[in-house]
Amino acid sequence: MAGIAVSTTINGDAFEYLCQPDETLLDVLRDRLGLTGAKEGCGTGDCGACSIILDDRLVCSCLVLGAEAEGRQVETVEGMAHGDQLHPLQQKFLEHAALQCGICTPGFLIAAKDLLAKNPDPTEEEIRFGLAGNLCRCTGYDKIVRAVQDAANVMKGA
Amino acid sequence: MNFDPRFSGRKFSSVGTRPLRPDGIDKVTGRARYGADFNMAGQLVGRVLRSPHAHAKILKIDTSKAEKLAGVKAVITAADLPDLTDGDAGMYDVLDNCMARGKALYDGHAVAAVAAVDASTARQALKLIEIEYEILPHVTDVDEAMKHTAPLINDAIFTEGLEEKPAKPSNVTKRSQFGHGDVHQGFGHADVIVERSFKTEQTHQGYIEPHACVANVNLDGTADLWVCTQGHFVYRQHCAQLLGLEASKLRVTSSEIGGGFGGKTHVWAEPVALALSRKAGRPVKLVMTRDEVFRASGPTSATSIDVKIGARKDGTITAAEATLRYSSGPYAGTWAEIGAMTAFACYKLDNVKTVGFEVLVNRPKTAAYRAPSAPMAAFAVESAVDELAKELGIDPVEFRIKNAAQEGTRSSYGPVYGPIGIGPTLEAAKHHPHMKAPLGKNQGRGMACGFWFNFGGQTCVDLNIGMDGSVSLAVGTVDVGGSRASLSLVAAEELGIDYAQLKAVVADTSSLGYNDMTDGSRGTFSSSMATISAARNAIKILRDRAAQTWDIPVDDVVWENGHAIAKGEKYGNLAALSLKEIAAKSGTTGGPIAGHSELVADGAGVSFATHICDIEVDPETGAARVIRYTVIQDAGKAVHPTYVEGQYQGGAAQGIGWALNEEYIYGKDGRLQNAGFLDYRIPVCSDLPMIDTQILEIPNPNHPYGVRGVGETSIVPPLAAIANAVSNAAGVRMTHIPMSPPRVLAAIEAERGG
Ligand code: FES
Ligand code: FES
Repeated sequence: MAGIAVSTTINGDAFEYLCQPDETLLDVLRDRLGLTGAKEGCGTGDCGACSIILDDRLVCSCLVLGAEAEGRQVETVEGMAHGDQLHPLQQKFLEHAALQCGICTPGFLIAAKDLLAKNPDPTEEEIRFGLAGNLCRCTGYDKIVRAVQDAANVMKGA
Repeated sequence: MNFDPRFSGRKFSSVGTRPLRPDGIDKVTGRARYGADFNMAGQLVGRVLRSPHAHAKILKIDTSKAEKLAGVKAVITAADLPDLTDGDAGMYDVLDNCMARGKALYDGHAVAAVAAVDASTARQALKLIEIEYEILPHVTDVDEAMKHTAPLINDAIFTEGLEEKPAKPSNVTKRSQFGHGDVHQGFGHADVIVERSFKTEQTHQGYIEPHACVANVNLDGTADLWVCTQGHFVYRQHCAQLLGLEASKLRVTSSEIGGGFGGKTHVWAEPVALALSRKAGRPVKLVMTRDEVFRASGPTSATSIDVKIGARKDGTITAAEATLRYSSGPYAGTWAEIGAMTAFACYKLDNVKTVGFEVLVNRPKTAAYRAPSAPMAAFAVESAVDELAKELGIDPVEFRIKNAAQEGTRSSYGPVYGPIGIGPTLEAAKHHPHMKAPLGKNQGRGMACGFWFNFGGQTCVDLNIGMDGSVSLAVGTVDVGGSRASLSLVAAEELGIDYAQLKAVVADTSSLGYNDMTDGSRGTFSSSMATISAARNAIKILRDRAAQTWDIPVDDVVWENGHAIAKGEKYGNLAALSLKEIAAKSGTTGGPIAGHSELVADGAGVSFATHICDIEVDPETGAARVIRYTVIQDAGKAVHPTYVEGQYQGGAAQGIGWALNEEYIYGKDGRLQNAGFLDYRIPVCSDLPMIDTQILEIPNPNHPYGVRGVGETSIVPPLAAIANAVSNAAGVRMTHIPMSPPRVLAAIEAERGG
């Protein structure tokens, strides 16, 4: 089967791959490029575990085709830390124990990063609605919200 | 010297602190490997074909067209999984659930599977499998299934536990009974009696990670299985038995697990993946879709429960009785039995009787979900308790305090309690500021109590000390929410070293002795007991090596704060030796230093909780919203308090979803209509408030540090606490869970109309 040739940028690095017309970007990231940070919780856009940032827009990568990444900027959880320096959100998620099983964590981190980029000083309610597209079954969200609040404070100070 | 598990009341330096978890960095950077994140060279993609019918005879399966499709490497049916269960009825049911044998018993029941070079070929192959069904009448409702006229799901089932063996088969597999005293007499002494019937719908554990595994069966009969599971040792036993493999030649590695809550304690896809790999001669990766997760894995029982409680005017309960009917899917279960055991466990009762009925229905096989069966029973009992308090004009907390079980109380399910936390959690609730906070319009407050047994069981741990003085801890219970951190704290405590000197890992089945399933809130309880024992065994060796170095009797060497110390005046000049110093010399003093432990962790302390919640009900739409929520629970000893809080909050949130929204909806055709997160709605961030927690510590006398399991009890009170709050807010008693907007609205309208 012939594939579609795609050139894209992922976490700042140039990538080229072949993919099928019906292949999702999530499958490309996970199965072709070995970037398994984004998770598949549903495949239907309902859980947010596959969240990535595509040209400054938060999307469910299970709802994007691999071919659509052509010429665009993709950001995944693998690109959040800089060298050995964790992103403040990653650090605060650890400190607040905002993860139990951790399967939802990559999606939450990406969604929270996008939220804080657009609203650096969100209220609790804005955080709760901003992250309402991401499901977590373990934590009851309490510690996630606190971690995001704390990270926002750190990032404002920075 | 044998290991002494009794509580010793020591002062802690590591236990009770809140360090970062050892697996944290991997999890925030996306590097942690879950079930679907693992691959093998030459791996195929497996997919399962499932019955679209609730109940149907399988007349014929023709796989020939699928087999001929280019890229298909194996197609299997039940014929590829011959029955090797040798009269073990429970395992036969597991086998039948993995792949239907002659009859499909629910919508979603696996009937065939394929392995192909890629996902789209595998999907295409499924479409080419031709199956001839003869559709049979079905039943999905628990009360309907009990009727004589209901379609029979298994005509070999005759109800067990009746005085006389029944003449006819039925969908009731078993009757069980618990209690003591004479309820008839007890009700005779009551001034007020409340009698009510309740229903709860079926829910799913809703872990975000679907079931996933990679199976590889080699030509020499050895095999590997990578899988997200709560019990890789148990999976090994089950898979080996079903596939006819030798258990020790099947190595099972538990991946990071993306939530389980009891739902990853049963094999479904794993034997199928192994059978595919065996047939194809290549590794096979099998990942369930979310639709499959809902249709074929998981769910809880749906229930129908009658409760009758009587009390005197002074508030003393004189008798309590309940009849509990729990659906178990199409296979026998013991879910009603567990419900019947837990129903009245919070109370001190002279006369109590509970009867459970296990009911077959054409729904997926019921699986454990966090304190399985207890939340539904607590919903019914705690709702009735609230009503009784109201009729007596007694405050619901005071009423419960008056009747709460205590140390020495004979529990409603038999055993006599040791020191327990029900009274203290109620006292804490009574004095909690939440109880006194003002309520607004359309708001109501509710509270309820909950109980869970907690399990112990077979446990094995290895503790190895490196020559650099670092310590690795290999455990066999799975880390479902931070247990590597808590077990490291326990090892650090016992050895007297820094937490940072330790690293805990979950070992695979070939690297460690057998461990029971990580269920029943046993992970930290059992593995910490084994860790303490392993550390003490290592300390014996450390003392011995120090004694050798000093050339003194080992009995003169004690272990304190991470150091060997020579005890006695005559050794005044000997400087203490640290663990690190002893380890550095181990090569010349007798070789590697390690401590092992293999034990059956007995004496898991029972656990109690009291929850308080405020609800606002919109009288126009019936929508109920949680405004404030407080969890108070006994942990025995909180090893890592942050993760204990996390368990309290997580259980409460799951309970909130169950109480207000979540339910399996079946059509008349017996098909599941909401097999996805869009229509099966679990709570999202904007649905919930912060969840307050209060940890009480009433030491478990059967654990050196007093630890009790903490994971499950938190899901027991919410259904009832929320039902009591909604009932108070709406002014009408709610008796059907979930209290979704249409149900609440109907109840309000019926009340207005009547
Ligand atoms: S996997 Fe994309 S939203 Fe769930
Ligand atoms: S931490 Fe398990 S789903 Fe969020």
